[in-house]
Amino acid sequence: MSKINITIDNRKIEVEAGSTILEAAKNIGVEIPTLCHMNLHDLNVENKPAGCRVCVVEVEGRKNLAPSCATKVNEGMVIRTNNMRVINSRRTVMEFILSDHPKDCLVCAKNGVCDLQNMAAQLGVREIPNQEIYSMSEYRLDTSPSIIRNMDKCIMCRKCETMCNEVQTVGALYATGRGFDAVVSTPFHMDLVDTNCTYCGQCVAVCPTAALTEVDHTRAVIRAINDKSKTVVVQTAPAVRAALGEEFGLEAGHLVTGQMVAGLRQLGFDHIFDTDFAADVTIMEEGTELLDRLGKHLAGDKDVKLPILTSCCPGWVNFFETQFPDMLDIPSTARSPQQIFGSIAKTYFAEQLKIKREDMIVVSVMPCVAKKYEAQRDEFKTDGNPDVDISITTRELAQLMKQANLDIKTLPEEEFDQPMGESTGAGVIFGTTGGVIEAATRTAYELYTKKTLENVEFKQLRGMEGIRSATVDFDGFDLKIGIAHGLGNARQLLNDIRDGKSDFHAIEVMACPGGCIGGGGQPYHHGDSSILKKRAAALYTEDERKVKRKSHTNPAVIKVYEDFLGAPMSHKAHQLLHTNYFDKQQEGPEIVKGDDCTSCN
Amino acid sequence: MSKINQHILTCGGTGCRASESKELAQNLRDEIASNPAIEGSVKVVECGCFGFCEKGPIVKMLPDNTFYTQVKPTNAKEIIEEHIVKGRKIENLLYTDPVTKEVIDESKNMGFYKKQHRIALRNCGFVDPENIGEYIAREGYEALGRAIFEQEPQVIIDTIKASGLRGRGGGGFPTGLKWEFTKNAKGDQKYVVCNADEGDPGAFMDRSILEGDPHSIIEAMAICAYAIGANEGLVYIRAEYPLAIDRLKIAIKQAEETGLLGDNILGSDFSFKITIKYGAGAFVCGEETALIQSMEGLRGEPNLKPPFPAESGYFQKPTNVNNVETLANIPVILNKGADWYASMGTEKSKGTKVFALAGKINNVGLIEVPMGTTLREVIFDIGGGIKDGKKFKAVQTGGPSGGCLTEEHLDTPIDFDNLLAIGSMMGSGGMVVLDEDDCMVSMAQFYLEFTVEESCGKCAPCRIGNKRLHETLEKITQGKGVMEDLHQLRNMSEVIKETSLCGLGQTSPNPVLSTLDNFWDEYVEHVEDKKCVAGQCKSMLRYVITEEDCVGCTACVRVCPTNAITGTKKKPHIINQDLCIKCGACMDKCSFDSILLIA
Repeated sequence: MSKINITIDNRKIEVEAGSTILEAAKNIGVEIPTLCHMNLHDLNVENKPAGCRVCVVEVEGRKNLAPSCATKVNEGMVIRTNNMRVINSRRTVMEFILSDHPKDCLVCAKNGVCDLQNMAAQLGVREIPNQEIYSMSEYRLDTSPSIIRNMDKCIMCRKCETMCNEVQTVGALYATGRGFDAVVSTPFHMDLVDTNCTYCGQCVAVCPTAALTEVDHTRAVIRAINDKSKTVVVQTAPAVRAALGEEFGLEAGHLVTGQMVAGLRQLGFDHIFDTDFAADVTIMEEGTELLDRLGKHLAGDKDVKLPILTSCCPGWVNFFETQFPDMLDIPSTARSPQQIFGSIAKTYFAEQLKIKREDMIVVSVMPCVAKKYEAQRDEFKTDGNPDVDISITTRELAQLMKQANLDIKTLPEEEFDQPMGESTGAGVIFGTTGGVIEAATRTAYELYTKKTLENVEFKQLRGMEGIRSATVDFDGFDLKIGIAHGLGNARQLLNDIRDGKSDFHAIEVMACPGGCIGGGGQPYHHGDSSILKKRAAALYTEDERKVKRKSHTNPAVIKVYEDFLGAPMSHKAHQLLHTNYFDKQQEGPEIVKGDDCTSCN
Repeated sequence: MSKINQHILTCGGTGCRASESKELAQNLRDEIASNPAIEGSVKVVECGCFGFCEKGPIVKMLPDNTFYTQVKPTNAKEIIEEHIVKGRKIENLLYTDPVTKEVIDESKNMGFYKKQHRIALRNCGFVDPENIGEYIAREGYEALGRAIFEQEPQVIIDTIKASGLRGRGGGGFPTGLKWEFTKNAKGDQKYVVCNADEGDPGAFMDRSILEGDPHSIIEAMAICAYAIGANEGLVYIRAEYPLAIDRLKIAIKQAEETGLLGDNILGSDFSFKITIKYGAGAFVCGEETALIQSMEGLRGEPNLKPPFPAESGYFQKPTNVNNVETLANIPVILNKGADWYASMGTEKSKGTKVFALAGKINNVGLIEVPMGTTLREVIFDIGGGIKDGKKFKAVQTGGPSGGCLTEEHLDTPIDFDNLLAIGSMMGSGGMVVLDEDDCMVSMAQFYLEFTVEESCGKCAPCRIGNKRLHETLEKITQGKGVMEDLHQLRNMSEVIKETSLCGLGQTSPNPVLSTLDNFWDEYVEHVEDKKCVAGQCKSMLRYVITEEDCVGCTACVRVCPTNAITGTKKKPHIINQDLCIKCGACMDKCSFDSILLIA
């Protein structure tokens, strides 16, 4: 890259040609404020509509101010980022934006973590002149099982639109209307539940205000714990421990597993369990299913569906149900770890406690907002009683802990309860892209080759590239593996399968970029994608620390099969741990339940 | 078969059609058909717009050039029997000059036409737009033929550059330079786009050209395509222009059938086809990047430039976007030469410009004058001055992006740079004349109402700022303004101008800024004295009863819906201003003219 010379705020500097004024200024420590700009370098995602106009700067020789996020530097360019003309304009634009934004900060979901609020403070806006005569944009509040859209708070930064369209290729959110009535909305302003929305929550993850937030279930958790007639069981997903610390000011990637357990115990949960346990069970089922299909395939069965696709991610499940209903027989039928946990908890564990399932409340702590929807799916209920009663996000757990004066930094490390707190390193890495398939490979390798796997780390499956592929030597048989994170990438692999161009045996898909560590329920990354890498590294570290790193060696898992489930893919396992998928392009899916176990018939 | 020796040209533009010109043309044909003596020797031609819309429908008789105005379908019989058969002019259909009262029978002697010089409109009102032969007969497609067979693309571009032609859509960017950028841009596929998304309220030159002379646009697009190396063209036209669309479709078909469009034009290696894309009426889609987005099927909203369409336009391919009026000049420039074109106009603005005259002016219509003509000449000589002998107050140029100019600007020669220098702009050529009854604050409010509606909403200053400008203006016209509002108006306007993403927001505060500059006292009167001298701001008007004229008949008391009027019988009454809702019922009822409306 060639270098060019420019002047920023009277300082002559040399910068790379092709960089923007915003980037160039950053080089010399000048942080120009931005609202709509977002560059997730590690994921190759950029949102740059140049729409908020907060980042405007003065460029010598130009009549108007230039948006620094989208204006490239030229040789000899003279830029002022901070003279009074710039500051007055920036502040006036901010007053415009605030004049059309509700002022209910005190009870807002984003209070304290709102980019708009912070920017208003930074720019010193204290009053909006003439606010009393200004009308405000008002839109219908839209509540879905996972996401609330309060578009009164939309500032048209279009970040959600970029995530929903360019990254996820879902197309549920797009700018609509004109002028003052312009707002990001759904097609024909439908409710989110009536759209293709997968509830992946990437819109929530990037929304700078509270226009898009998760449905808050913290009140329900408090009510459940307060109810003395209930036994409240909590499970925590692997990605939560790698991110929860951020909510308490810890560096991204700081593992807080033990402190989180202590916090949950303080909050009053009766049994503190680990979703990792269920992840190990998932591998037993999914790995067995993979080997089953592979065996049939190698025996010459032409009808067997390969590649097999993972099915742990509810956003991904929603995606193929709405967008690829002709391919519902390809994914594994194994339920997600959240649901496997709930199912085992309300049968096996409830029996151990000698309580009725109705008297047990299963709370899950997830990095995800789609899990809220998944928990409410009819097929995961028995007589109307859901296997997982309440699903909260990492952020909601942090909220509850803060309400209870619990600081993760000062809590002691404690252990999960038994039996469903026992897990392996394979279960831990479920939380990052590539982790599920790596866990499955560890188990499938040993079951297939009947040999002990010495080096359990399949580094070729790790990384942040959107689509990855690797071949694993199964003692002479080449297992071809594909990995996609982000639904746009998943779409590419699905299209290849549909076109008969895919030669993979197994594909792992996670809806969110980075996998669960980048989920819509995680602490806000505020556009810093390096955070995701640190979280992923933390999970691999936890995996390394574990004595047992293969799912099928988890003693608690072995015991639950011995005592209760029988073998993987047994009839009971099918009933409790597997599911069916529905064509969501059709109205009213038909629910297949209980004894109509299609897998066994 | 006898030879046609007389033509009757009728206006077939949208405006005159609304006044039954189509029925008129049919009646004329019927009359001719029913008269064996003249049948076959007289032809009725429905042309494009003559421009003199104030006096439409227009009928022009050839070869004697008699110009009839405000002709109704019922006049058809008279025109045939008197003018055609007996050779007698019909006095009451001739134009009477409103000032001199002189009856004028030929257009060239009318004030409205005298100072005009029609280049872009050269064929409007002359040819049948649905007949390619008539266009060809007036040097049509000559420039294209010469270009393909005799000229290198660069020669054509150099000619356009030398002519000094600048974009007529509002920006005023040098057309030849734009072509050159697109020609030099790297790309396997290039496009020529005609911007026919005319959106300024009251402006209709592009529509008139497409309705009256569609082949000039087709020819110009083909020349442009040849010059920049494109083989595909698109016309982005508002769906609200059905007649223009019809005529364009007919013209494209005829050009294709004649071998002037399509594969191997005139037997050469050059191929070019044109497709039509319809706009849904968004003003912002006249901005070229928004137009391209819309053509691609996306939301019509602008993108930051650079990259310019010349580098990355329609589907990221190099694209040259020109407005209709700009294109209409191209064939003439190539036929008559760059020097001829550059001999007209001012130093930096060459040629002519079409304006749509509207407002409180005698001769409403479409005119074309050389650049450098003064506002005074346009308004008073061509426009015939102010209606009803009222006093000139201001002229608004450049549509919603322009500003309001006053008496002191009347002798300014009109060109791109002069208008900018005095706080307005050329825009697409809208010109609205205002008289003493027009309130300038309301005027600014009116234009802001338009931009608030038409902003795409992509950038914050335009989406929200314009709304705030409008609301503040509304506060002032409702008599609730304070001096601080005027300072707010100025600050908001300046910030919106310098921070907005596209031309819409960068110019939308112009009506506010120019009226603040030129009519500051009027703003102050609204704010400090709660007075609107023009009498337009209703909330500031007061109904009062003049004591000396009131006989105390109580008619007003009985009709007042809010019981605001009190008084003893046969004694002068008074209106309680706090209760009055300014409905005006009392004034209508009063038989003694004793109730007045005062500012």
